[in-house]
This record gives sequence, C-alpha cells and structure tokens, in this order.
Amino acid sequence: MTLREQLREKISAAFYRHGLLCASYPVPIILFTSASILTCCYPLLRLPLPGTGPVEFTTGVRDYSVPSHEPQGDLGERPDWYRGLPVAYIQQVLVKAAVSPWDSSLVPVDVFRSPLGRVFNLVEEIRNHVHQDSSGVRSLETLCLQVSDLFPGLRRMQSVLPEHGCLLVSPGNYWQNQRELFDSDPDLLKTIQKHEPKGLHTSATLRDLLFGVPGKYSGVSHYNRKRVVTYTITVVLYRYDASFLGSLRSRLKQLYPSANCSLRDDHMVHVHFKEEIGIPELIPLVTTYIILFAYIYFSTRKIDMVKSKWGLALAAVVTVLSSLLMSVGLCTLFGLTPTLNGGEIFPYLVVVIGLENVLVLTKSVVSTPVDLEVKLRIAQGLSNESWSIMKNMATELCIILIGYFTLVPAIQEFCLFAVVGLVSDFFLQMFFFTTVLSIDIRRMELADLNRRLPAEAGLPPPKPGPLRPREVPPPPRPSPHTITLQTPAFRNLRLPKRLRVVYFLARTRLAQRIIMIGTVIWIGILVYTDPAGLRTYLAAQVSEQSPLGDPGGGGLPPHFGVAPVFHGRDPTSTLRVVHPAPQPTPLPENQSQGHHGAARAGPLPHSPPAIPQITWGAEDEEGWRRLSFRHWPSLFSYYNITLAKRYISILPVIPVTLHLSPQEAIETRHPQDTRHPPPPIPKVSADLQTDLTLYKVAALGLAAGVLLVLLLFCLYRVLCPRNYGQNGVAHGRRRRGDLPCDDYGYSPPVSEISPLLLRGHSMDIECLASDGMLLASCCLAGQIRVWDAQTGDCLTVIPNHGLHTQRDGLDSGAPELDYLGSEGHDPSISGDGLSEDEGYPLRRRTAPSRPTLFTDQPDLTPLIDTNFTLQPPSHLSTPPRGGFDFGGLVERRRPSLGDAAASLPQDRVSAVGPQATADWDSSVWAMELRGNLIAAGRSSGKLELWDAVEGSLRCSNEEGVSGITALAFLNNRLSEHKQSFCGGFSYVVVSGTPGRGSMPPSPCYSSEDVISCQLTRSVQCAHQKPITVLRAAAGRVVTGSQDHTVRVYRLEDSCCLFTLQGHSGGITSIYIDQTMVLASGGQDGAICLWDVLTGSRVSHVYGHRGDVTSLVCTTSCVISSGLDDLICIWDRSTGIKLYSIQQEVGCGASLGVISESLLVTGGQGCVSFWDLNFGDLLQTVYLGQSGDGQGVRQLLVLDNAAIVCDFGSELSLVYVPSVLEKLD
Amino acid sequence: MSLTLTAMSDSTASSGQQQWAGSGPMPQPPRGPYISVITNRTTNLLIRGVLLFSVGVFLALVLNLLQVQRNVTLFPPDVISSIFSSAWWVAPCCGTASAMIGLLYPCIDRRLGEPHKFKREWSSVMRCVAVFVGINHASAKVDFANNVQLSLTLAALSIGLWWTFDRSRSGFGLGVSIALLATLATQLLVYNGVFQYTSPDFLYIRSWLPCIFFAGVITMGNIGRQLALYEYKFTQEKTHQD
Repeated sequence: MTLREQLREKISAAFYRHGLLCASYPVPIILFTSASILTCCYPLLRLPLPGTGPVEFTTGVRDYSVPSHEPQGDLGERPDWYRGLPVAYIQQVLVKAAVSPWDSSLVPVDVFRSPLGRVFNLVEEIRNHVHQDSSGVRSLETLCLQVSDLFPGLRRMQSVLPEHGCLLVSPGNYWQNQRELFDSDPDLLKTIQKHEPKGLHTSATLRDLLFGVPGKYSGVSHYNRKRVVTYTITVVLYRYDASFLGSLRSRLKQLYPSANCSLRDDHMVHVHFKEEIGIPELIPLVTTYIILFAYIYFSTRKIDMVKSKWGLALAAVVTVLSSLLMSVGLCTLFGLTPTLNGGEIFPYLVVVIGLENVLVLTKSVVSTPVDLEVKLRIAQGLSNESWSIMKNMATELCIILIGYFTLVPAIQEFCLFAVVGLVSDFFLQMFFFTTVLSIDIRRMELADLNRRLPAEAGLPPPKPGPLRPREVPPPPRPSPHTITLQTPAFRNLRLPKRLRVVYFLARTRLAQRIIMIGTVIWIGILVYTDPAGLRTYLAAQVSEQSPLGDPGGGGLPPHFGVAPVFHGRDPTSTLRVVHPAPQPTPLPENQSQGHHGAARAGPLPHSPPAIPQITWGAEDEEGWRRLSFRHWPSLFSYYNITLAKRYISILPVIPVTLHLSPQEAIETRHPQDTRHPPPPIPKVSADLQTDLTLYKVAALGLAAGVLLVLLLFCLYRVLCPRNYGQNGVAHGRRRRGDLPCDDYGYSPPVSEISPLLLRGHSMDIECLASDGMLLASCCLAGQIRVWDAQTGDCLTVIPNHGLHTQRDGLDSGAPELDYLGSEGHDPSISGDGLSEDEGYPLRRRTAPSRPTLFTDQPDLTPLIDTNFTLQPPSHLSTPPRGGFDFGGLVERRRPSLGDAAASLPQDRVSAVGPQATADWDSSVWAMELRGNLIAAGRSSGKLELWDAVEGSLRCSNEEGVSGITALAFLNNRLSEHKQSFCGGFSYVVVSGTPGRGSMPPSPCYSSEDVISCQLTRSVQCAHQKPITVLRAAAGRVVTGSQDHTVRVYRLEDSCCLFTLQGHSGGITSIYIDQTMVLASGGQDGAICLWDVLTGSRVSHVYGHRGDVTSLVCTTSCVISSGLDDLICIWDRSTGIKLYSIQQEVGCGASLGVISESLLVTGGQGCVSFWDLNFGDLLQTVYLGQSGDGQGVRQLLVLDNAAIVCDFGSELSLVYVPSVLEKLD
Repeated sequence: MSLTLTAMSDSTASSGQQQWAGSGPMPQPPRGPYISVITNRTTNLLIRGVLLFSVGVFLALVLNLLQVQRNVTLFPPDVISSIFSSAWWVAPCCGTASAMIGLLYPCIDRRLGEPHKFKREWSSVMRCVAVFVGINHASAKVDFANNVQLSLTLAALSIGLWWTFDRSRSGFGLGVSIALLATLATQLLVYNGVFQYTSPDFLYIRSWLPCIFFAGVITMGNIGRQLALYEYKFTQEKTHQD
C-alpha cells in the first residue's frame, strides 16, 4: 500500500466520521458555526463603511502645523489620510446683510440689491489686504491658490469663474466683479438664474459655489421674509499663514463688526474625499458582478434531487459569502488592512473560492443508496468525495502560493485574502453546509415516507347501478395492499403553481395593500420633506402662535422667528451691542442668540415689523456643512484638480455683518426695480390668499374625484351584467355546486378546449372506430358515417336502407354505386365534389388525380400484402385440425388507371366472384377501421368491407353463421372476426392488389385496388362457451370467454399456445399491446396480469365489485374500470392499487390513456383529464349545453392528441394539445 | 485588447469560411417549429454566431473601457467622446472575431474527431469568463514593478486559464496561433498610426498583449463549444429517436 493510498484511506475515514458527527448533531453544529462566523466578522465593524462620502477630522487652529508625510507612531485618533499638505485651505467670509430699518416704501428687490452690492467692496478689501510683520509683507496674491484655465468642457462658465489668478469666488463673480455691471443689471435674479442648469441636479450648482451657502439660505429672492441676505466670499489658499489670516480676520471684524457673534474660530476641519466612482468605472464592476451572478445561477441550478432546491442554493451562497467575510475579518484582526478596493476584487474571490465543492458534496450525498440511514448517507457521500475535495484544495492553495511569490503587492494581498477565504470556506463547507444538507435529506425522506402512505379512503358504497346485469358475489378480499386513495374528486384538484400564487395574491389582496401602504408612506415623505410643504408650514405655525400666546409680545409681527422671545427675556444684549467689541468675546450659548440689528434699531420700537434680524447661530459656524458634499470636489474639478484620496482644510469662517440704511438701498436701486415686481402684498393677506387657493384646488380635486368614481360606477353597472365575475353562473351547463373548486372557492379557469360536435346520426351511437385519420361511427339505426378526424367533417354516409350495390363492372370497368349522396339529401357530401366524382366514374378515369382532401393520408402500402399467396402457407395445404375451414375467395376487381386497366378485362371476368351485396336487415355489431377500409360485422354473421372514402361496399363475406361481435385488424393484413355462440373464430384475409404490377400506385386502398376478402381459417371450437372478448397484437390472438379462460393463439397457424386459467368468472376484458403485456379482467372483478411468453400469471388482484369492463396498461401502471363505476389505477410491477376514481353512473367503461401520464375519463356530459402520476384532476371539458343525463359511454383516443367520445346521438371530438403541453 | 480581436478577425475570417464551406447543411426532416429551428443547421449556426458576436462586442466595450480609463491605450481625441470612449470599429471587429473563434472551436473539435468533454457546463464557462475579465482587470489596474513581471504574471494566468477550463491540445494550438497573428496585426495597426499605447515596451505595443489574446481566444472557444453542445445534444436525441 503506497503512501498515497494510505493517505487516501485516512482522509476518507476522517471524512466519514465527520459526516456522522454532522448528521448526528445538526443543531449544535449550526449554532457553533454561526457563532464562529460572527466572531470572525466582528473586526469588520471597525472598518469604515464603504461609500464615497467625505471623512472629517478636526484639529485646533492655534497649534496647527502641517502634518508630516511620514506616518508617525500613535497619534491618537488621527486618521491615516491626514498626512502632508492639504490640497487647499478654504477660508470663507460669511456675510449677513440686511437693510434696516425696513421701510414700507422699499420694494422686495431692495432686500438683496444693496446687500449684494457691498460684496464688491468686501472683495476689494480682501484682495488688497496686506499683512506686514517681521517676516515680510504678505498679500493674498502670495498665499492663494493660483489657478490656470478652466477645464476645457466648461467654456460657458468662463465668464463667472476666475481664471489665471487667485481662486476667490463670491456672488460678485456673476458680474465679473465689476460694480458697474452690477448697477446696470436690471434683473439680478435673472442673471443668477441664467447659469443654473436645467432639470434635476444633485451635485453643486454654480449658485451654491458662488454664494457659498445653499440657495434657499441665501435669501436672494423676492419672497425673503426674513429680509436677511447671506453669502460667502470663499478664498482658496495654497499656504497657511496664521498671522495673515489673523490680521484679515481682525480687519474685517473691525470694519464690519458682528457684535454678538459667538462663532468659534479655534477649530479647523480637514475633509478627506474618497475616490468617486464614475459611471465608466462602474461598468466593468457591474459586468463582473453580472458574470458572478450568472456563475452562481448556473452552479446552483445543478443542485438536484433534494427537498428544497432553493434552500440549499441559499446555503451554498451563504457559505461562500460568509467565508469571504470571515477572511476579510480575520485579515483585519491580524492587522492586514485591506487597501484593495473590496468591491472590485470580491467577484474574483468568489470565483476563485467557487461553489464547486458544495455541488460535488450534494451530488455525492444524493447519489448514495436511498434506503440507508441519513447519517450514513451523509458520511458515505462525504467520504466518497473526500479525496477529490482535498486534492482540489491543495491545488488551489499551491496556485495561490505561487501567486504570492510574484511579489506584486496587490497580487500578494489578493492571494492572502484568497488563502484565508479558502480555508474558511473549507471549514464552512465541512460544518455548515454538510449539516444543512443532512437536514434537507432528512426532510426529503420524511416527505417520501408521507407519500408512500397516501391518504386512504374506503371504496364508496356499491351503487345499485341500473346497468348491472347480475349480482356477483364479491370475492373475499382482505387484500392488504389494495389501498384506495381518497377519491380525488372535484374538490381537491391540483392547481398549477403559478395559479396558486395568483390565487394567494388575489385572496389576500397583497399587492394592492402593499401598493397602498407604499403610496401613503411616499406621500407622507413627500409632504414632510417638501421645502414648501408641511414641515415649514408647521414650524411657521408654531413660531407664529408663540408670540400670540405671550401677552408681552402681542404687538410683535407674527412672521418673526424666535428672536422676539429672546428679546423680551434678554435685555442685556442691547447693552452689549452699543459698544461693539473689536474682538468678539465668547458669550454664553443662550446669549449668542441675541441680535444686533434690533439694538441698533432700538429707537424705533413702534415699527417692529421693519427690523430685519441678523442672528448668528451655531449653524453658521460650519455653514459649508449644509452644502452638498460634492461642493468642493466640483469646484476644484473645474480647474482639473482632483480631490480624490486627498483632503482639504476648512478654516473657521469670518463673520461679517452688514447693516444698510434704507437710504442706501433706495440709492442703489435700478430704475426698473420699482416697476418690475408687483408691490408687496401684506404678508397675512398673501398667506390667506395662498390658503384660499389651496382650499379651492383641494375642493375641486375632491369633487372631480368623486365625480369620476360615480361615473365609473355607473358605467360598470350599465355595461356589466350583474353576475359579472361570478364564475360560470351564467353558463347553464356549469352548476356551481359540482364545479371543481379548490379550498379557496376559486374554480379553475374555464377550459380553452372546445369540443367539436359531430352531428348527423339519428340514434345513439353503437360502434366507434378510428385509425387516426378517419373516424367511423355506427348508430343503432345502422347508419355508418365516416368523419375526418382532423376537421370533423362528415365524409361519407353509408345509410342503412334503400341502397343496393349494382354491378356493371364489365361495361364501364367499374362498379357503380347508386349513391345516396347524389340525391343531395346529405348536407355533408353535397358540394364536396366527391359525390360528383362518385356519380361519374368515367370522368374519374380521365382525371385520375385524387381530391386534395385525402392527400395527407398515411402511407398504407405496407399494409397491403401484394404477395399474399406466400403468406399463410397453411391455407393451401390441408388443415391441421378439423376446426379450420377455408372459405372461398371473394374478390372484386376494379380497373386501375387508364389503358392498362382496360387491357385486362378478360382477366377480371374470371375473377369476379359472387356479387357483393350489403346486408341491410341485420344490425352492425362490430366495426373496425383501418386505412380507408371499414370492416363491419353484422348480427347476421356477415362481414362487410366498405370503402370509407367513397362509401362503396368493397366486398363482403358471408361465411359466418352467427353474429359477429368482435373484429380486429391485425398485423395490417388480416382482419379477423369472431363468431360468437359457436365458440370459434375465423380469419378472413383481406388483400388488396393493384390492378397491375406489384407496386400499388396509390398509397392506400384506393378504389382502383383490388380488394379481396377471403376466409382463410377458422377455429371452430376455441372455447367451451361463447367468446366474449378478442384482442390481437404482436402476433398473438387472445380470446376471452365465458368459460373463465383466456386463450392465446399464434397468428400464423392459429395454434393455441396457452390456456390461461385463473379467473373465477367469465372474461370481460383483455388488454394486449405490442410489448406483449397481457391483462385480463373478469366478471369476478379480478384483474390478472400474464406473461405472454411463458403463460404464467404475474399478478392477480381484486379490484372491482362486478365486472371489469375495460383495461388499459401503461408502462408503469394498469388502469381498470368496472361495473361499479370505479376506475382503479394499479402499480404494474407490484400490483398495489395506487388510487381509484369514482365515476358517474354508466360511464365507468369510458377511459383512455392519451400519454404516459394523462388519463381521460368520460362522465355525465363531460370528459375529465387526470394526471396519472398523482391522480389529480387536470381539467374537465363539458361537451355540450344539453343532455345532462347523457353519459359518455365510449371513448376513443386518437393519435393526434384528440379524443372521440359518443354523446348521445352525437360524436364529440376533443383536441387536447394544451393539456399535453402542460403535462410535458 | 480590443484591437487584438480585430486582428483575429482578419486572420480567422478566411479560415473559418473555408471550414464552413466544406460542411454543407444537411437536409433535416421537419419537426416541431422550435425543435426544427434549433436543429436546422444553418439557423443554429446563425444563432450561435449572433450570440457570440454580441458577447464579443459587450466584452470589448467593457474591457476597452478599463484600458482607456487607465490611459493604457490612446485613441485620437475627437473620437474619445464617442460611444464608450473608443473608436467605433473596435467593438464590431471584436464581435466578428469572437464569433469566428467561437464557431471555429467546435468545428475543429468535430474535424479532429475528439469531442471536447472537459467541464462542459455553463457554470464552468461563467467561471472562465470571470477569470478572463480578471486578467484584463489585472493588466489594467494592478501596478507591477516592471513590465516583464506583468507579462510573466499574465502569461502564467493565461496558461492557468487554459489548464483549468480547456486542457485540449487543439485549443492550445489555436489559441497560440491566433494570439500571435493578432499581436502581429496590432503591431501593424499601431505602426500605421491608427492608435497607440502610452508606454509601449514590445516594439510598438505592450508585451502582455499576446497573453490577453490567448486568454480571450480560450474564453471565446469555451463559450462557442458550450453553445455548440446544444446542437450536438439535439442531433443525438434525434438519432436516438430515429
């Protein structure tokens, strides 16, 4: 034993033990695995969440120094991106300006025109600020970030964004920083609006960039109720110079003091931006993920033979995903921080780790013997695959190790992850997935067990059927294995899965409810977040009501914010602002809310609505936070500077407060300003107006909605019947009570199968025969009709009376039938063109082409044995037994095509035998159809052969003495009929020979062919008692008789091979097919299966009370029906009854098997389709509106997925392609 | 990458057509409408061709995007703004080339009389495609110390791809020959100034290009074989039935 084999054995044994362990203790192992997964994933919590949002870090201003490039040991919580110089330092000068005191003579434009006009002075001030100290003179020019051209794609922004110089943006950029342009601008808002992008925009707009505050906070609009304008002047600095900035700050504060401003100026914020993923970078990523999902899909699709395919697929995916998470978590735990973009390498990791092992495991376990215990199955499956799993794993590890030695950092990292991932995947496969698999297998076995013991129900009590001729004492049947299923009657029909889903949805109204809830939530969110919506409205309401409730502030205008409240409480603030401090001293928090403007306007308490309040709040401290996080990246990107993976430092803002006198505002007015906007409407009335409009619109909408609903309701009542939607009440045929309904009260969809009714017979149909293309039926009146099985057209009528064949073949070369069709009383033939042909055989000869109707007939040339004399040699020799009787040759010839036929008249004369005449006195007892020949056996014992197309009698044989009750076309060349009562049967040879040559000119028995009918052999005493059934197939003739025996004859020589004894009553039905399956059923209700080769009885079961009326076998089961109107389905190999179907009275014998798993049964005016495997009703097809009492007694399955059944005096042709498709 | 496939199309077009001219469509008895469409040789060929073409176009667009993003290839600036930032002719050429290769592989298998049986399932094909995209990804995004290392790594990866998913001698031979031809064609294209590489290290192109070509041929052949399997299955079923 080599080392390899030893190793293999050991591995196998280990896996076996492991499998046993996993299957024995599933719950503890799953708990353990989950715990270990969670433990390994715990370090992931410390990782930053993936995303592109910026990260902040705050430092103090005073001890600020540029961080070094080298990572220094432990610097507290200093992030690792905080290294080196930032891209830029941002210094914002936040300006709040207001015209105060507000004068009623001012127009809305005045709110922002003059405050904006001051920006030019400010910018000038900042630009020209120079700081001089010991280290030299510094101006803004030396410190600021010098920018060059704009990005090429931004030509239209050239006019507003600075180029070739300091990056300093302010609202003044709209007017190129020129006061003259601003003054001459008639409509400031239009200028600002001009540069706004159209449509939706999520990133920073130009307005945000220039104003430095979000647009709605800037206050530059006609409807600014606060009358305070806010904007910033943003200076982007390249270097940080504390002294310069300090002097600038103090200078501005000195010029424009904001007295009570308590903004903190000791923190600077560093903002780190991550790499933004653009769409072009996203496309490859998405592609890899699509490939990944396709891989997972195709892999998990292979999982089969388990209880819950989806569950196992989910377990497989969970295994792979958690192994990945575990690998990342473990790597983080040991200090390997992932630098790779996780999203990008993730799909490759999954592909490397793969789902193969999982699938191999599943397949291996599933393929173990089913009868083993679950534990053992798991263990065996594991140990079978252990070697290959280990080998694969070793190979993968080797490959990854090789990859590790490429010494490329990225690949090394990938390999490290992959190794840890592989190991954890192996761990999870062994513990998690194996356990889940064992649970699944156990569930499946339970389900199997349940299926083995199907729901049982006793046989229904025997009904005293009127058709039952005699009471047969039921044989003692303790039969332990005759299990009867609950008759899967109409109530528990198996609906298709999709229908069940639909019904579930319909029953619970799930979709509607979800949509409704979603709409409500959506509307709520919309209302709440809408800037002009509920929230601001509520806030305004609250702020309006508070002063009203305060008796001290009753005179205050309702539209002021919280300021008046504070005003009343804090009178000290007025004292402070009288002497504005050059350096703002930090005030306590509540005092910082004090306002400066009010103090200045102190002398005007009588006009409080005129005082715009300028307040400095904590939110102004970091006003840039309110901007989009793409604000700074987009500003820099205009100059082709990327902030990805870099950071900027935002310095504390410099607050500037501007108060302008009304006089100044009026002076700076543009002449058009007064004209353009309508005079401001007093606030309250405006509010009232908007409210009124709102109410009007709401009322109108409501009225319109109500009207619409009423209209629709009326339309519905007018157009739809009252019982619309109640299934089938309107249809007379479908009564609600007996409709197949499921538990939910939904009936199955009305079948799309519409039966084709073939009308024409005047009395009930007695016999039916078909060969797939044609269909022959015979009614009690003796009329035979031939139908086209495809279209349902009546082709030929062979009536029972007033018709006699005439024979004048010598003159015209063809016998002429006095054809009924020429009299025109048969609607189906008139106008067919066929009757004309029949009436004028001369014309036929000149135009030998057949009607196109029959061109699609099957090739029956092999059916016609042209070399007949060779076939049964015995009919030339002496009969081996006395029971054989050779009948005379009955032959009738017709000329074949044209001249060739005409040259042979003398032959024909000699060949003509006794005249063929139809026997109209007796009724047809048996009928068969093959090719286009109808064989009809009559009660007088006469056998007739009719041409199905032309309706002409081709030949007849009157050898029989007693009536013919059974007929069978056999082996395509012999027709045999049985004469009952005499206990024998005989063969009649029917041969068709063409007029000339050996090859028939037409593919079927055409009228030119010679048909001969000859009794070749008869077995006189086949049974002691009359023969009741006769079947022929596979070279055997099987007869069943009332003498309780079945006999099997060889066809060639009529030799009796076996006499099968086993029934305790007369044989009533026999089934034999080409595969030599023989089943017989008797009057004792017993069914026997026989081996035709040996003559032994395979199984013997009692199934019915009373006669077995028909028997059909499929490859897996035997279907029998009895006089007790019960259809039983038996397992063919074991003889166990699978289930039974209770039929309606009188319809018991009508059944047929369409395909291997589709059974069709007849009922009262309907036919039902059943799934043979499950015994579930698939569909019921109602045959007609009338005739409730008429049952389907005969049912014939055609080849082309159609069934034919009799329905009183009508025939019904039902195509069932859809049922077949569904089943397949 | 994309250019590569152009060259392949040039080289394989002629041979492919010869191959198909030899095997004329056999008359098939009509069956059901769907089955007959599938089993009809010409229609089947057409469907497979179209599928392979679209796969090739898609992969070319996506992978070219990777390269253009990293400024590995430079196209003239005026076409950069066009669809997916590459010249219009790249994608159809790649599509044609991949259709040719995908049809050529099963054909050669049939000619040699050794049907490819190794890992014939869609999940394996998907894995192969993912690895191919990964190789492209690595060539574009991973920073290697030098070009030799990069090329050697990619070559090892490509051979690994072949060993993992193909393992047929015919596949290897076809892959190598097509990769060489394609590299030659790319050289010619670059020499004539149709486009250029930012840092060529192998005459005018990058030295890892043949590896990528090879991996692409193996991948496309894999897909083509898998698609051809359907036709094979149907014909087998038919012979069973007959």
